[in-house]
Formats: sequence, structure tokens, C-alpha cells
Amino acid sequence: MVTYFSEIISGLWSLVLGLSVTFVEFIRPNVTVQYPYEKLEMPERFRGHIQLIGDEEGRPNCIVCMMCQRACPSGCISLSGKKEEGQKKKTLNSYILDFTTCSLCGSCVESCNFNALEYSKEYNLASTRKEDFIIDLLKRLEEQNS
Amino acid sequence: MSVPIRLQPDETFILNVGPQHPATHGVLRVKMEMDGEYIVSAETVIGYIHRMHEKMGEIKTYPQFYMNLSRMDYLGALGYSHGHVLLIEKAAGIEVPERAEYIRAITVELNRIASHLFWFGAFVMDLGGFSPLMYALQDREYILDMLERITGSRLTYSYYRFGGLYNDIDDQFIESVKKFIPRMRKSLKKYHKLVTGNIIFRKRLEGNAILSKETCRKYGASSAVARGSGINYDVRRNEPYSVYPEFNFDIPVYHECDSMARYKVRMDEIEQSLRIIEQGIAKLPDGPIMPKKAPKIIKPPKGDYYQAVETARGNFGIRLVSDGTKNPYRLKLRSPTYSNMHLFDETCTGLLIMDALAFMGSLDLVIPEIDR
Repeated sequence: MVTYFSEIISGLWSLVLGLSVTFVEFIRPNVTVQYPYEKLEMPERFRGHIQLIGDEEGRPNCIVCMMCQRACPSGCISLSGKKEEGQKKKTLNSYILDFTTCSLCGSCVESCNFNALEYSKEYNLASTRKEDFIIDLLKRLEEQNS
Repeated sequence: MSVPIRLQPDETFILNVGPQHPATHGVLRVKMEMDGEYIVSAETVIGYIHRMHEKMGEIKTYPQFYMNLSRMDYLGALGYSHGHVLLIEKAAGIEVPERAEYIRAITVELNRIASHLFWFGAFVMDLGGFSPLMYALQDREYILDMLERITGSRLTYSYYRFGGLYNDIDDQFIESVKKFIPRMRKSLKKYHKLVTGNIIFRKRLEGNAILSKETCRKYGASSAVARGSGINYDVRRNEPYSVYPEFNFDIPVYHECDSMARYKVRMDEIEQSLRIIEQGIAKLPDGPIMPKKAPKIIKPPKGDYYQAVETARGNFGIRLVSDGTKNPYRLKLRSPTYSNMHLFDETCTGLLIMDALAFMGSLDLVIPEIDR
């Protein structure tokens, strides 16, 4: 009989203790960010989708060595280039990233020996159309330069 | 007008829990034969998100497959990556700088805490308490922010490399970890006050779903499931790897064999992980994070290799059969949750359905890791 009542009292006390925790939390300041109105800064090493790095004149550093294409586990990079007359290096014609299969592992950026690729800070990438994720990186670089 | 179906007194019916059900935490289906609210028999059906990770391991090169390991378990990804890099380093004979190993241990333990915090929140939510999830996520967010700053990602880190690490940690990271440890200890006290002592919580879990030692051994259970049943087994202690022998930590073991014991083991593990991180930060040596001669093309010599690690969910084993080429001949992944989950069928016979779901929560299932 005594244990029965003591259990009721200790049980009720445990509920009161729990409620005191939630009450203390209730009067504490907010920890959330009101997303569309406030935005967080992405850290420096944030891995967004890749983008090309251009030189001072805005031309891509890429020399079409195809290392990134070979390193990619999902085959989502396709690029092409050709050798202009009188030039030693190849110039980039197109660089298409199929972001639908990309898993942001960063193998391409690490495999690049010519400082031609970097991560973007892009994270707002929701869309209802699949075509929006086929990203033309050369066009993106031109837009960034202009 | 529809006539309600009347069951005969001794008739049972089949209840499908899942594949889309909040209590299963993913696409797991449980086919239950019910007698009223009591379970007569249950069968777990898996394979809804099978992604052929093992087959992918055979067709991809070693560095290409590496990032798949993070996708197996989205809550404790670093533990799985750790197993893979350790295996390939063992197979290819790559030496890892000491600093890299220490950073690996620190980040794995941080990730383990994050995983346990999420499990804690989700488990209490399964039992009907919502606010602990919010508090647990708040602490977990702190860890994710720290890891995001150094790895560049919040869940699928891909932070380790064969031979070392992708990036070094900085002073700001160390400072934030130092700040995090007392904060987490304070939070743990709060959780114990809020949840562990709660009479409803205790009444529901104490004596619920007794798992004997023999059952755990039969199914190859590990992690808190085995340690809650009195089996003192932890890969970090039993088959030491990395720099774990250098650390002083305890393996929490409880002998009650019920869901409460499994809960207590995980909560104690958070404290032990904090201890490991504390020691890791104090002992952290200077030096490089990648060896000077890290091979660019990984071609392990012919042979059979195995590496087990203790992840947040238990004993994760990875076996490699190499034929000396750039791709493995066979890569077998032994996932801990797969073994832990299969206990469910046998143990839940005769339980009330809400007790069975509480039991399922205490197993800490991550479905992508079962199906892999």
C-alpha cells in the first residue's frame, strides 16, 4: 500500500520535473532562423554544385584534360573542347553538368590539376523541371563575368 | 449499406505496418498477424530502397565507390567511411599520419553523438513525446554546423581519403568542440530529467521486449541491442582499430535486456564519446594530414581483407576480395542494422502493438543501411 502511494507521488513528481524543463525552454530565446526572410551564410568549404573558375579575362582555366569526367563516379560531367590554330592548349567549348545524378562527392574538384573547378555556394535548387538541373557551366561563367 | 466485418473469436487478421509509416522511420514494411491488439507473428519485409551498393562497389574504382558509404547510413555517415578507408589502407598498405587518425576519431565520435541524439528524439517521439525531439535536434544542429564547417557537408560528409583527410581542422573547430562538450553534458542532464525519470516513459519501457543473450548471439546483434542484453562487445575494445587503444573510455553494459536497458546504453554512450573527444582534442598531435607518398591509383594486391568498425548502429564489417586491379572483385558490406532488425520477428510475438513499436524504436533502425 505504501509503495503504491509513494509510486504515485514520485511519478507525479517526475512529470512536474519534466514540465519544469519544458517551461525553462519555453521562455528561452529562439534558436531557429526564419528562412526566406533571414538567410544563413554558407561556410567557406560548403560543397554546392561545381562551377568553372575563370582567369582575369574571364576565360575558363580549363584545358579539357578530361580528368574530372573520368573521376566522376556517376558520369554526370560532359565536356568538349578543341585546339584553336596557333594555340598550345585546347579551349573549352562546352561544359555540361547533369546535376540530377551528381552526389556532390567532389572527386572532380580534387582531380583537377589546373585550378579550373570550384564548389559554388548554391543551395536553392528546387525545381519541378528536370531540365533545370542540366547546368551549362560555361554559360554560368559568362554570366558571372558580365 | 456496408456491413462491418465481424471476426470469429479465434480468428486473426493481417496488419501491414509500412512501407510508408512514421514508426518504421523509413521504407520498412512489417507484416503482422494480429489477434486483437496482440501480435501473433510478424515478418519484416525489406528491399524497398535497395540500391545495389555492393554491386556498385564491383564496377567502380575504389575512390569512386568511397562516397557511397556515406549514403548507406545518413545519420552516422562518418563511421562507415572510416571502415572503408581503414580497409583500403590495410589492403594497399598506405600509412596514415597520426594527426589524421586522431581527427578521424574525433569526428566519428561527434557523428556518433549526432546520430544518438537523433535516435533519442525519434524514439521518444515514437512513444508520444514531441518536445525532446526539438531539444535533441538543437544539440545535433550544433554538431552538424561544426562538421559542415570543416567537411563542407551536413550529412554525407565524404571527409576521409585513403591515407588521410580531405581538409585539416582549424582552431575555430577545436574551440567549438571545447565549447560543445560542457554544453552537451548539461543537455544530457536535461534529457535525464525530462525523459529518463518520466514515469510514463519508464512504465512503457521497463520489462518491454526482453531480448535474451542467446537471441542476440543467434542473430549477430551488436551495438546497444547486444550491450543492453549484457553482452560486453564493442569493436573499439574487442578488435581495436585506429587510435582507440590510446583512449580511456568505458563500454556501458546493462543486464536488464529490456528496451529501457537499450535506451540507457545509448545515453551512456554519448557521455563516453564525449570523453573520447575530450582526450582526442587534448592529445591531438601536429603534423601532416596526408602521407607524402599517397598513391593516386589504388590497386591493392590480390587477397582477402576484412575490417570491422563500431559505428553508431553497431558492428559494421566490410570485406574486400581484390584481384589486383583497379576495381574490387567483391565488396561485401555487413551492416549492423540488418542483424539487429531481424530480432524483431522473433521477439515481438505476444506483444501489444504499441509495445512492439516501442521495441522497434529501441533497435535504432536506419532503413537505407539495411537495404544498402
